[in-house]
Amino acid sequence: MTGVRADRLTASGRELSFRPAPGANRLPAMLAAQTRMELRLLLRNGEQVGLTLVIPLLLEFFFNLPLLYSLGTPRRIDFVVPSVLALAVMSASFTGLAIGTGFERKYAVLKRLGATALPRQVLIGGKTCAVLILQVLQATLICGFGLALGWHPAASGWEAVPLVVAGTFAFGGLGLLLAGTVRAEITLAAANLVWLVLLFAGGIAIPLSRYPGPASDVLRYLPSAALSDGLHQVLQHGGGQPVRALVTLLVWAALALPAAARYFRWE
Amino acid sequence: MPAAAVELDGLVKRYGDRAAVDGVSFRVQRGELLALLGTNGAGKTTIIEICEGFRVPDAGRVRVLGADPVADAATVRPKVGVMLQDGVGGYTGARARELLELFARYAAHPHDVGELLELVGLAEHAGTQVKRLSGGQQQRLSLAMALVGRPELLFLDEPTTGMDPQARRITWDLIRRLRADGVSVVLTTHYLDEAEELADHVVVLNAGQIVAEGTPAELTRAGASGEVRFSAEPGLPAAELQASLPPGARVSEPLTGHYLVRSEVTPQLLAAITAWCADREVLANGLTVERRSLEDVFLALTTDRPDTEPAGPATGAGARLAGRAARR
Repeated sequence: MTGVRADRLTASGRELSFRPAPGANRLPAMLAAQTRMELRLLLRNGEQVGLTLVIPLLLEFFFNLPLLYSLGTPRRIDFVVPSVLALAVMSASFTGLAIGTGFERKYAVLKRLGATALPRQVLIGGKTCAVLILQVLQATLICGFGLALGWHPAASGWEAVPLVVAGTFAFGGLGLLLAGTVRAEITLAAANLVWLVLLFAGGIAIPLSRYPGPASDVLRYLPSAALSDGLHQVLQHGGGQPVRALVTLLVWAALALPAAARYFRWE
Repeated sequence: MPAAAVELDGLVKRYGDRAAVDGVSFRVQRGELLALLGTNGAGKTTIIEICEGFRVPDAGRVRVLGADPVADAATVRPKVGVMLQDGVGGYTGARARELLELFARYAAHPHDVGELLELVGLAEHAGTQVKRLSGGQQQRLSLAMALVGRPELLFLDEPTTGMDPQARRITWDLIRRLRADGVSVVLTTHYLDEAEELADHVVVLNAGQIVAEGTPAELTRAGASGEVRFSAEPGLPAAELQASLPPGARVSEPLTGHYLVRSEVTPQLLAAITAWCADREVLANGLTVERRSLEDVFLALTTDRPDTEPAGPATGAGARLAGRAARR
């Protein structure tokens, strides 16, 4: 061991050669490194952890208490778990992504990364993978906590996976569109406000059936409502793949992602 | 013969009505270190950001390693290391080592991250979050991030701003070693000594235009480049001393017993002055040498004094170079 140490000492300092040997790494290696960094920063940031993990679990607990308002269902927890899952997806892929990316833009992180061998697609890919991994973590915690509170899912829930992925792309596209076009401070305020509004008016915390008919006919096409509605159909009612919800989310994704790619300003 | 490291031809960049860069052309050969010298707002950063592919010029041609930095970004970027002007420009929540490791993973043949951290004097701060590093430490991390992929060309935008003198020395040594190992470097600075110490070629910018360029020696040598002062007994024959000195030297006695020799300052000049004094048994006291520094040149070039010749020892060159500026 001492020999290795001595080698390092001579290699450092005087002996290091700067003879050029440039080149980009392989894309999968870059993607893995980028994903790891994005995920590490998400989990290290207290606000992100609060938004994406703590608040959903707290809401899962409180909405399950029968003192707030009636959900029109005998088993509150069977309604609450799909709602909180939809909320968690929105928190991670819209609000969290928008705020994180907005400040990265503000502090020239994206500019600096733009001057490296990292292609933009791999940067976006790393963010996407990090959000998806975060969502697996969220789903594990929320479902685990739900089961502890007596949740009985109506189906195995694999039909929920396409919904969550489509929701991630729809919300992620909207989040990047917001982060890439306005100042970071406005992104911060807007992303939180939209989160709050969609939580209550977007079919997550309050069933759309409790709104007047015309209002719910419009609101159900919000991405939050489509995701929440789809997850309820799968997990609460066991109704197979909810096509309308899935198509609604895919349409949002198809509008938001190209718009984000087009209007995103990197600095 | 590989293409030049950087080639700019007639570069123009406007922001609104103002031309931040107004017809700049220069060439950086492979393995050369070029310093862009100028005050704030002279156009240094705009030029370097055009070279980095962040900005598109309104007119003119840019070639970086023989390619277009915007259209051919995918081929150019892996070969180029960049140090942005303000701070690290990386994930500030990451630790120093994590951020450098991430940048190493973008490269095919990266340096050893630990060695590089040690080299820039950050080994002890490897576990510190980037946002908790001091300004000078962030600059050094930023330099390590620029180097880690073994680039063949480096763009360093004010690399030593915010560093203490010791860190500055370390950085200068490092930049010299990069150059010695064949890395081409373009750096911007408003420190004249930095340009004088490091650069093979200096481009002096003022208001978006090149007002002078050359090697540091050429820039400081141009014209009457210095003066020698000494005191001795009053009334020495100035004309006789002048005749014994190299051509072009002018001797005067501005104050009784105080002598001033204006000339290009060379060892031969000093030898001739002291020999002349020795021949006459004259003791020259308080002999001081003032060479014209890049600072004199810079001030003469970038201080706006329209229609008046700069005064003092820089007169000759100042007028000549200012004349060049006026022609542009």
